[in-house]
Amino acid sequence: MIQALHDLWGGFGVALMPQNLMWSFFGVLVGNLIGVLPGMGALSAISILLPLTYSLTPVPAILMLAGIYYGSMYGGAIGAILLNLPSHPPHAVTCLDGYPLTQQGKGGVALSITMMASFFAASCGIIVMVFLSPLLVSVATDFGPPELFAIMLLGLLCGATMSRGAALNGIAMALLGLVVGAAGTDVNSGVARFTFGFDELSDKVELVALALGLFGVSDFLCNVNRVKAVGSKTKLSFHDMKPSAAELKQSFFPMLRGTLVGLLFGAMPGTGPTITTFVAYALEKRLSKTPDRFGQGAIEGVAAPEASSHSKTQVDFIPTMSLGIPGDAVMALILGALLIQGIQPGPQLITEHADLFWGLVASFWVGNILLIVLNVPLIGLWVRMLRLPYRYMFPSALFFIAVGVYSTNNSLFEVGEVLVFGVAGAVLLKLNFPVAPILLGYVLGPMLEENFRRALIISRGDLSVFLSHPISAVVLAICAGILLLQLFLAVRGPRVPDRAGRQPHNLPSAEPVADHQKILGTHS
Amino acid sequence: MTDDVYHPKADYIGGVLMTATGVFVVLQSMGYDVGSLTRMGPGFYPALVGALLALTGVGIVLRPKRPAVERDADAEPSRPEWRGWFCILAGIAAFIVAAKYAGMLPATFLIVFISAFGDRMNTIKSAAVLALVISVVSTVVFWWALGVQLPLLRWGA
Repeated sequence: MIQALHDLWGGFGVALMPQNLMWSFFGVLVGNLIGVLPGMGALSAISILLPLTYSLTPVPAILMLAGIYYGSMYGGAIGAILLNLPSHPPHAVTCLDGYPLTQQGKGGVALSITMMASFFAASCGIIVMVFLSPLLVSVATDFGPPELFAIMLLGLLCGATMSRGAALNGIAMALLGLVVGAAGTDVNSGVARFTFGFDELSDKVELVALALGLFGVSDFLCNVNRVKAVGSKTKLSFHDMKPSAAELKQSFFPMLRGTLVGLLFGAMPGTGPTITTFVAYALEKRLSKTPDRFGQGAIEGVAAPEASSHSKTQVDFIPTMSLGIPGDAVMALILGALLIQGIQPGPQLITEHADLFWGLVASFWVGNILLIVLNVPLIGLWVRMLRLPYRYMFPSALFFIAVGVYSTNNSLFEVGEVLVFGVAGAVLLKLNFPVAPILLGYVLGPMLEENFRRALIISRGDLSVFLSHPISAVVLAICAGILLLQLFLAVRGPRVPDRAGRQPHNLPSAEPVADHQKILGTHS
Repeated sequence: MTDDVYHPKADYIGGVLMTATGVFVVLQSMGYDVGSLTRMGPGFYPALVGALLALTGVGIVLRPKRPAVERDADAEPSRPEWRGWFCILAGIAAFIVAAKYAGMLPATFLIVFISAFGDRMNTIKSAAVLALVISVVSTVVFWWALGVQLPLLRWGA
């Protein structure tokens, strides 16, 4: 424990080095900027800027990506609160009370509470990360191929079944991602699989092309002529952002509870941030003495979900960095970025790349402070950005996508890949398939195959190897449990919808949310 | 929540699509060496995944239908926006062709200009202005500052 604190101190040294600080700042700024734009979430922001990191050394690259991640998350909250526009689904629930607050002229207060909630929650998440990661690593060093295979399978299954929509659709998408991940030269035999005669494909499908096709182009295809310019007279200044003592007091415990919800869900692989924020909101509403205020501008309804999504974000990094197993699509992208940098996340990462790991942890704090410093003076700019009409936004973004993908490997073929994945993603979205599990499958696929093959080579083809190792047996049992549960839910048949327009599981009223998600992208 | 959101055939089309993809993947994998559990060939794992995908597709077609209300959250309006689709895709295609034969500047202009017409609100003037602005950004930021490996202008491949 003392060791962890000592390492963390060293991490601050890394994070505060001028070059690293600069890239972290850049990431937060640009992430915030992109996150504010309608229809652009963390996924699109990270994928667009991923090519920029190739010229950097690993530490600033990963600090920048992490900065983009929480910058864009905060940017999303701005859109949700001020304009009732969730730029990505986790913020949908923030709209419910955030926008009414704006209508009452308290938008600035809601924003500053959001800022505090995210800082507080992120801090808690970081503390958990500091102490839990080394612990997980000490367990994980004993993991062999069967254990890794089982855990990856669990992560994939959770990621597939817990996103929105039907579980079976998510599973199909994860499998599709595994297929996409299998394209290219097989490392064991040198055979080119699924290349269809294209030499360019023998080096695998490009991660950036896949991500930008699925989360950029397909979003534009679904949203063009549907998202209108958003007129808003909202004016905000620094002065409006100061919450009163009563408001602070009111939001303190919701913030704490939201943080706990986030920590809990972060520990479960595959649970997306959307479900986390919904549960945090529902919990607050349930506990409140005056549940009627929710939806009318209750500050608790902003503080709790925002806190939960930020603490979950931090905790999500734990399995990604220390096991090399990403919990959701954003983490899959960050993992991909690490691999591109030649860094293999896993138990050895903390010891071999201590500067990177602890620098990242420390930069979370630094970055969150930067976020606050940035947003106080720039809030007026964000408000203006929010009004940028979609008809100017998407053609410009398309250019950034095209040039970003090209610069990854100086390959126009990969720009073509974006085109293909964009169309495929849009068609799949229209058919009610969530596209995020594809990315998860793509990143996990090669590792899954590798460990599957290794495990069976060690056991000489005996499948019982997965059950004779206690850890993998338990994890596989959990997988089976999830599948059986989903099967039970599916066989039980269509659930009778609640008349009040509620979703199952006592989630808060989803009407206004559904409305927006219909207009905007549908990634969770 | 109007009717056009609800696409009754989505499950059917999607399921069949997944099964077809799965079967295709299995057939392709057969072409590589499948091998055995003890000694897996390059085709073993993709064949396994393909088979699971095909089964999942069957499951999607056969499962009990979900009520419309639950769909609202994840359903997209079903009427496709052909104009938007055409312009966006043509814009990307134009970028690839122009970058190959004419350089970065024409490619930048074309992708923005063409895709802008996907939105009904854009006029020739607004699309051209937007394309010019982005062309300047492209030259300054990507070509000059970031040094993207693509000549600004060139003739032929």
